[in-house]
Amino acid sequence: MTEMLSYEFMQRALIAAVFTGLAAPAIGTFLVQRRLALLGDGIGHVALTGVALGLLTGIAPVLTAVAVAIVGAVVIELLRMFGRTSGDVALAILFYGGLSGGVLLTNLAGESAASLNTYLFGSITTVSDGDLKIVAILAVLVISLAVGLSPQLFAVCQDEEHARVSGVPVRVYSILIAVLAAVTITVAMRTVGLLLVSALMVVPVAASQQLTRSFRTTHAAAMAIGLVAALGGVVSSYEINTQPGPTIVMLALAVFAVAALFGAATRRVRSRRHPVDFGRGDI
Amino acid sequence: MSTDSTQPLKARGVSVALDGRPVLRQVDLDVSAGEFVALLGANGSGKSTFVRAATGLVPMSNGTVELFGTPLDRFHDRHRLGYVPQRSRAVAGVPATVHEVVMSGRLAHRRLFGWSTKADAAAVDAAISRVGLPDRHRSSLSELSGGQQQRVLIARALASQAELLIMDEPTAGVDHDNQESLAELLGGLVHEGTSVLLVAHELGPLRPLIDRAIVLHAGEVAYEGPCEGLVGEDHAHVHAHTGQPPIPEGLTGEGVWR
Repeated sequence: MTEMLSYEFMQRALIAAVFTGLAAPAIGTFLVQRRLALLGDGIGHVALTGVALGLLTGIAPVLTAVAVAIVGAVVIELLRMFGRTSGDVALAILFYGGLSGGVLLTNLAGESAASLNTYLFGSITTVSDGDLKIVAILAVLVISLAVGLSPQLFAVCQDEEHARVSGVPVRVYSILIAVLAAVTITVAMRTVGLLLVSALMVVPVAASQQLTRSFRTTHAAAMAIGLVAALGGVVSSYEINTQPGPTIVMLALAVFAVAALFGAATRRVRSRRHPVDFGRGDI
Repeated sequence: MSTDSTQPLKARGVSVALDGRPVLRQVDLDVSAGEFVALLGANGSGKSTFVRAATGLVPMSNGTVELFGTPLDRFHDRHRLGYVPQRSRAVAGVPATVHEVVMSGRLAHRRLFGWSTKADAAAVDAAISRVGLPDRHRSSLSELSGGQQQRVLIARALASQAELLIMDEPTAGVDHDNQESLAELLGGLVHEGTSVLLVAHELGPLRPLIDRAIVLHAGEVAYEGPCEGLVGEDHAHVHAHTGQPPIPEGLTGEGVWR
């Protein structure tokens, strides 16, 4: 452990893991609440085109990825608001367009698709000081907005129409959620990679809601699970010599499996202790 | 048009087209202060569309809506309006407690990035007690029955101190006992001065509370008048004898035929 911590690249990897592990579920909770769990995946694919654009133009891929991902996220939201395309078809189009655009532009840049690999599955151990600064700033932005505006975002994601009638500027918040998701994806790009980033936004939320009843606890527990999975994943990937991205996601899935079993067991015990009371109108 | 800031809802000539197909044609509808108005009609008659147009959820192709004397697009006192959507939309993808859902009705009173105040908490507690769920604060919405979820959505509207409740089919899929407690709740609210516009397919136990019924048929007002005329079940179907449009059975001539 101390040996691992003595490497600078591991220190940076662990710091990046802390930011990613907290930021991804912080915004992911709202995507799950809105039943748009796969939106992160769609934006991730679009960000791949952004990375390739960076490789082609010589601009830092993190910057082109964040720009293209934000544009993609806003376009999805506008399609959802005004378009006649249903949500899942819009997502499918993003998946295919983003992936093929990414590979195509990389080819045009004269690089093999293999150079996309570090972005597809993450390469947390090659994070530079400059990368770390961008990751930290963007992650703090995402976390503070996702937590600070949670009453508003909760209302929009819980019942969009009620929020609109209540005078909440639903379009502004919808676009904010999509943009924060896009920023998070670029933050997590170096940690878990674009193909798995959505997992870190969704799996901790799925795990925590096995055990919770309130939104606030689900939100906080999801961030805690994300943090544990990201840190644990980086440490174990060092120990067992695997890629950090998939290791982090497998760890999060393991937490989900345990939570699902535990949640099912406690619900069963609870329903035995408190059988449904028909007289109270519980049905 | 006179502007009466005490009249909760005044709609004139409301027309709505969805995908180019006219759904509402020239509908006039008023809800006066303290009045309980039922909007009835068969599926596809346009009753839900009217409610969505009156709350600004779907654009009108023609007509005007005034809420408390202010045109809809300039109406900012949103807390005076309590929208109770169809219950099927109540449960989202992440668990939420009764308290959290009702608290979201307080947004109009809260500042950005602010904690909820004591006044918010008191209004939420009062609203949850008002709908008869004081021991279910910490329950997850998905643990409640359909009728209880409906009451939570009403509590969310009450938490904003709404003066006009607009309810879209609150009785749909709710058993008779829960419909009766809903009737009791709404009766109390109207008695205290709340105005209600309620969309329903059938009235059931709510019937004695209704001051005025409006029946929509094919997007137009087919009947407007007192509820006493409604005998038998309130299902809309074609009246074979009179050749009248499909309207609730047993309507008498007390109201105004269009």
